[in-house]
Amino acid sequence: MPAPESYPNDVRYHREHDWVRIEDGEAVFGITWFAQDRLGELVHFEPPGDGISLSKDASYGEVESVKAVSDVIAPLSGDLLEVNQKVVDAPETINDDPYGEGWLVRVTLTDPTELEALMDAAEYERFVADQ
Amino acid sequence: METTLLRTPLYERHVALGARMVPFAGWEMPVQYEGVIPEHRAVRNDCGAFDVSHMGELEVEGPRAHELLQGLLANDLDRIELGQAQYTLLTNERGGILDDLIAYRLSEFHYLLIVNASNREGDFRWLKEHEIPGSDVRDISDEYALIAVQGPNSLERLGLEQAPAFSFAEGTIDAVECMIARTGYTGEVGVELLVMAEDAGKLWDRVLARGAVPCGLGARDTLRLEVCYPLHGNDITPETDAISAGLGWVCALDKEFTGVERLRAIKKAGPEQRLCAFVMEDRAIPRQGMRILQGGEVTSGSHSPMLDRGIGLAYVPAAAAAPDTELTIDVRGRERRARVVKKPIYKRDDKEG
Repeated sequence: MPAPESYPNDVRYHREHDWVRIEDGEAVFGITWFAQDRLGELVHFEPPGDGISLSKDASYGEVESVKAVSDVIAPLSGDLLEVNQKVVDAPETINDDPYGEGWLVRVTLTDPTELEALMDAAEYERFVADQ
Repeated sequence: METTLLRTPLYERHVALGARMVPFAGWEMPVQYEGVIPEHRAVRNDCGAFDVSHMGELEVEGPRAHELLQGLLANDLDRIELGQAQYTLLTNERGGILDDLIAYRLSEFHYLLIVNASNREGDFRWLKEHEIPGSDVRDISDEYALIAVQGPNSLERLGLEQAPAFSFAEGTIDAVECMIARTGYTGEVGVELLVMAEDAGKLWDRVLARGAVPCGLGARDTLRLEVCYPLHGNDITPETDAISAGLGWVCALDKEFTGVERLRAIKKAGPEQRLCAFVMEDRAIPRQGMRILQGGEVTSGSHSPMLDRGIGLAYVPAAAAAPDTELTIDVRGRERRARVVKKPIYKRDDKEG
């Protein structure tokens, strides 16, 4: 079942519709409810290769729906720790739970000060209202 | 570029149903309502309804209508009786495919052609240019809407008797008059209902009330791709020929029609490339225009909801077109393996369980 629209407060948002959650010095990335809704049912996640470094604002993977391909943008810079295999095996997990089970990668941040540039939930909600 | 998109008589209904509207061949059409995958499954398992009113309807009438069409269309109209329809091709002098269409034999002197939306004007012009005394070609598209109702339960849901594929008749559905044709683009049993534009809304409402799930162009594309029906503009074009496309069965090479000599020559020599169907072995979704390392390129590619894998159609060198041949597809710089399969990619018997 597709998730209802939501923009939780415990994550920060990037203008390319990606989110980051800080957990014990590590960070988890994913795509927002708005992004998955725009794309429709996701049928493929192309993850980054092992041990790769992610740069803020650069693509680190792709998500695909039946009709469209979209780059996934890193909201912050970091070194890859883990890819969510559940999403590789069942990409629709992103539609079902974009901020929970549908996370994409876990990283160690290389420049935590970049966090300042991201939007909070209220700012992002206003941002998507204009899209 | 500023263009005004055309709207079918069902536009307001699509919006009210929450459809995502997209531009397609100059029309503003529903690409999906609930989602491509549930709509696709509804058609495979039960019954779905599509607004395909963007398609063109051309009428050819007169004592020499048959003669005109026999000279322009690849298939042999002598093979069908009144009340029967035929899948056929409009070809150019080089044997290229100007359009694929269905010809309906309404009476001895009267044919209806249902053509692709994007080719409506081109087909009409082509027919007009070739018109002969005793044949009159008219574009009547604006007077009609077309609703496809497809799926294993479609006839039952509409209260229709079984009828042979490609037969058609005047009829009514809940008192709405329409032409009911046993045709479609999904590989499932179904009908296409040609209805006067002013009655289209009423008919659509009745069809949905009878349990058909509204389906958009997204599911229409994945459904046709699973059963390897070519899409004009992607898989077949004025630059590709019917023999290479695997549509030799639609070409009556023993009669005279535009481009027939070229098609005979290709058939005799054997085509250099063939349109083959493939299924991804690796996890990836092929897309139109992707290069194939063995030669050729993908002309249609998507995700198959029934197989839960990437599938597609591609022109490859004839030697690489045999079922079981391994292909390597360049997916945005990554090499991904696929395997040629016998058409269609999906058959009902393949269903799980």
